[in-house]
Amino acid sequence: MKYLWLAAYTDIIESLRARWFMVYAMVFGGLIVILFAFGLAESRIMGFTGLSRLLITYIQLSMAMLPIFVLITTVRSVAGDREAGVFEYLLSLPITLSAWFWGRVFGRFFVVFLPVFLAMIGATVWGMAKGADVPWQLLIYYTGLLMALAWCFLGIGMLISTLARSADVAQGAAFVVWLTLLLFLDLILLGVLIQEHLPPETAVAIALANPMQVFRTATMMLFDPQLVLLGPTAYVILDNFGQLGYIAYAILYPIALGTACAGLGFVLFKRSDLP
Amino acid sequence: MIQFENIVKRFRRHQVLKGVNLTIERGHRVALVGSNGAGKTTLIRCLLGEYNCEGSVSVDGQDPRQYRREVLSKVGFVPQLPPPLRMPVGQLIRFAASLCDTDPGRMVEVAGKLGFDADHFHSQPFVKLSGGQKQKLLIAIALGRESELLVMDEPAANLDPEARHIFFTLLAEKKERAAMLISSHRLDEVASLVNRVVEMDQGEIVLDDKVADLVDLSSRLYCRIRLIQPEAAFAKAIGEWGFNGSDGGLVWDGFIAGPDRLRFLGLLSRYAALLSGMEIIEAEDKEPSVNVV
Repeated sequence: MKYLWLAAYTDIIESLRARWFMVYAMVFGGLIVILFAFGLAESRIMGFTGLSRLLITYIQLSMAMLPIFVLITTVRSVAGDREAGVFEYLLSLPITLSAWFWGRVFGRFFVVFLPVFLAMIGATVWGMAKGADVPWQLLIYYTGLLMALAWCFLGIGMLISTLARSADVAQGAAFVVWLTLLLFLDLILLGVLIQEHLPPETAVAIALANPMQVFRTATMMLFDPQLVLLGPTAYVILDNFGQLGYIAYAILYPIALGTACAGLGFVLFKRSDLP
Repeated sequence: MIQFENIVKRFRRHQVLKGVNLTIERGHRVALVGSNGAGKTTLIRCLLGEYNCEGSVSVDGQDPRQYRREVLSKVGFVPQLPPPLRMPVGQLIRFAASLCDTDPGRMVEVAGKLGFDADHFHSQPFVKLSGGQKQKLLIAIALGRESELLVMDEPAANLDPEARHIFFTLLAEKKERAAMLISSHRLDEVASLVNRVVEMDQGEIVLDDKVADLVDLSSRLYCRIRLIQPEAAFAKAIGEWGFNGSDGGLVWDGFIAGPDRLRFLGLLSRYAALLSGMEIIEAEDKEPSVNVV
């Protein structure tokens, strides 16, 4: 366990000094500033005002940006480190492969989640200073969803990093994965699938398997509990899961998927040539 | 101590190691030489358990892939190219010392002997150090712990003459109880350090020979060179060895590390036409000062 935390700590220190982290932190921090600057905290939509309104917008934007940021930064830095000889040296030190791999996963999770979380906390503190009510339940729920999404794509990123032998290939593969999930997020595409006589259950299953769609639907559920925006798919979701059940699924499924991908990545990493 | 048995390594269809058999005992200081692509680095990576390979590799009877911690606890490794680590020097030392269950102070001390003040560069990212400083720190991490096997890829390539001498002296302290595998593509770089030469070519061992072990690793030689006329290029080259000029650049005095004599004579051979006199004697009491970088 000591070695796992050592590896995690080392990865955190490495990442905090990397240029990608600065860009990453600036994007999410800047997003909150922009949302405040454009007065989103004062606007109203579907009965949501103040911080709730701002957080809803933030979470929608995070859904679009977080996965690609996590994927690209993870695969570039992990595969890049391998190419640059970092693995050759650090793995010549007496550390077990499990401590090394999972230490990197936990360290990286801390680093990718920290700016997203701090931006949200910053918004809350700013809102409180301005006298707005803090939607604690919403904040905790969104924190859980963002954690699950970040973990999921981190796991996918680690799997891609293990499979790809160069940073360029890893980056290309990460982009393809993100684009595929984004395409299946598009209700138009799902519409085409249905038009092509694909059973609706299959289309719904695809939507439920896509972590980005799961996240999107779960965030919708808070301001649209009946999922009116989603159309008929809502019946399948609400009939099979119920509102609470779906919220639990939206948090647990991405975590399970991320863990499975990272686990598979670890098995392959252990069996393959390390540097 | 180390046993390579019929090691075969393929990268897709390309066979990089073609059935390598090699045994290295404690006290053996092996120069692993060969041209680029001969398979030296691949063999080292198999030894460190970083590559899967056919055949068997064992260190004290243990497979480095299966018993990583046990095997690598005994290994001090210095790579040819320093990794581009962004972590600060202090953090790297603490990380390595924690993994090796050793006192970071020992690594700092060895770094100091080599002329690298690790405390001064404590917060400096490793990647921002100069090539020589990186090399000194990696050597300090490898030697500042209980390593029984030293695996070094061109370890002294970036070191200044003074640091080379200290490095050779540190190796001399370990030579009886440790095995050393020193990789280089030039034999003259490492010839005086070793008592055995293994040459590789296209994935095979083509030469495995013992060499005369007469040079004391920690010895120093005092040299005085006389020239027939001053020469700027010579002054620059010999200046890099820490020599001081006098008599208008006609006489040069300095010290070289004993194991460096072949390299030094190689340098002089390039200026043979300029030499009018040369004196090289074992230095016993002339200790030059250590320049701390």
